[in-house]
Amino acid sequence: MFAFLVNPDRFMAFSRRAAPAFGILAAALIAVGLWFTFTAPEDYQQGDTVRIMFIHVPAAYLAMFSYVCLGIASFLSLIFRHALADAAAKACAPLGAAFTALALVTGALWGKPMWGTWWVWDARLTSVLVLFLFWLGYIALRAAIDDETKAGRAAAILALVGLVNLPVIHFSVEWWNSLHQGATVFAAERENRLPPVYLIPMALMSLGYMAAFGSMWLVRIRAEVWRRRAQVLALQAAGS
Amino acid sequence: MSPLLVLLRRELALAWGRGGGPLPALAFYAGITTLLPLAIGPEPDRLAVIAPGIAWLALALASLLSLERLFERDHEDGTLDLLALGGPPLEAVCAVKALAQWLATGLPLALAAPVAAVMLGAPPSLAPVIVLCALAGSLAFAFVGGMGAALALGSRRGGLLIAVIVLPLFAPPVIFGGGALSQAASGLGGTSGLLLLGAWAAVAVALSPLAMAAACRNALD
Repeated sequence: MFAFLVNPDRFMAFSRRAAPAFGILAAALIAVGLWFTFTAPEDYQQGDTVRIMFIHVPAAYLAMFSYVCLGIASFLSLIFRHALADAAAKACAPLGAAFTALALVTGALWGKPMWGTWWVWDARLTSVLVLFLFWLGYIALRAAIDDETKAGRAAAILALVGLVNLPVIHFSVEWWNSLHQGATVFAAERENRLPPVYLIPMALMSLGYMAAFGSMWLVRIRAEVWRRRAQVLALQAAGS
Repeated sequence: MSPLLVLLRRELALAWGRGGGPLPALAFYAGITTLLPLAIGPEPDRLAVIAPGIAWLALALASLLSLERLFERDHEDGTLDLLALGGPPLEAVCAVKALAQWLATGLPLALAAPVAAVMLGAPPSLAPVIVLCALAGSLAFAFVGGMGAALALGSRRGGLLIAVIVLPLFAPPVIFGGGALSQAASGLGGTSGLLLLGAWAAVAVALSPLAMAAACRNALD
């Protein structure tokens, strides 16, 4: 798959069809997921607010998933010095920041009715906030260096440093303070697991979010490739 | 004399010669400590609760101050090119530069930390834990901060950028140090927090030079 797509022309031909295909898939999955979301029974404790979960949990999952994507793209661009991988890393950052912000905002909206407060300094909330700061730092570093190749490589080093650090940040914050509920989707004890009426919409929404992320990512990589090609053409035109 | 030792002496001499050594960072530290009671009120009860934490956080902030000149000036006048061409690997050069940064600012700040905490009303019995935390913490801050300084090479607005990059990375050591201090304040000794902080500092000292050297090479070619 990677070996096929490293050729920019093949990538452009593939992504031209794949980006809208992922978009349609995302729309279908999210539409069905939303239908399940609004027809799922109320939670015996949380009532209707449990439905926020289907918006919130996939966003938090995508926040981490997009960081892993950034890490892989950065690794490939740093090791193989491949321009397409760098474009992918650059295109990934605003999307990841947006999903992280979405997780924080929906979490606050859920926290108000359930915990009685918009924000608590709890472990999981704090580590997602640190992740958000990390995205901002990544975007700021890339924007601050004029030379694009150098900016890309410096940003890739920072992304890999972050990849090493994020688990440490996660566990350190856990050690510090935790109020957030534990894992339920992959919980060890059967009685702590999420029941299927909630698991199905959650899975559909998560897959829908992933497809939406994939579609937007491809569109953004394509835009970045076009931008670079236009820049090269402009330079050539100015030189001749 | 080994080249790295010469480099260390050069870095220390430059830190004392051009920047006044630890004085600016110490003055900044004293400034924050002075402004804090003005902002939240002078009641000793209230101050005593937050004194160790504030002394610890101000240390993290003060160690950001002089990072900008760690690589920037050597990059501008070409010294960094010579260092990269020289005998010792660039990783070792970067480690020595970060070590000199710690000796010139982190170590004096660590010795000032208990004074600031006690002035704000922390019990003097906490002083040993505060010094140990500050020593290990400022070492980690110097190395992780050096990484930010190397990454920000060749950028506009270097100082602000370094802070934005580095502050999220400061989260674990700040948590471990703060945990050790609050454990010690409640009579639990604070060993587990100190051990975690020490482990984090050791990993930072071992791994940061690799990222620093990679970032310097990127800025040089």
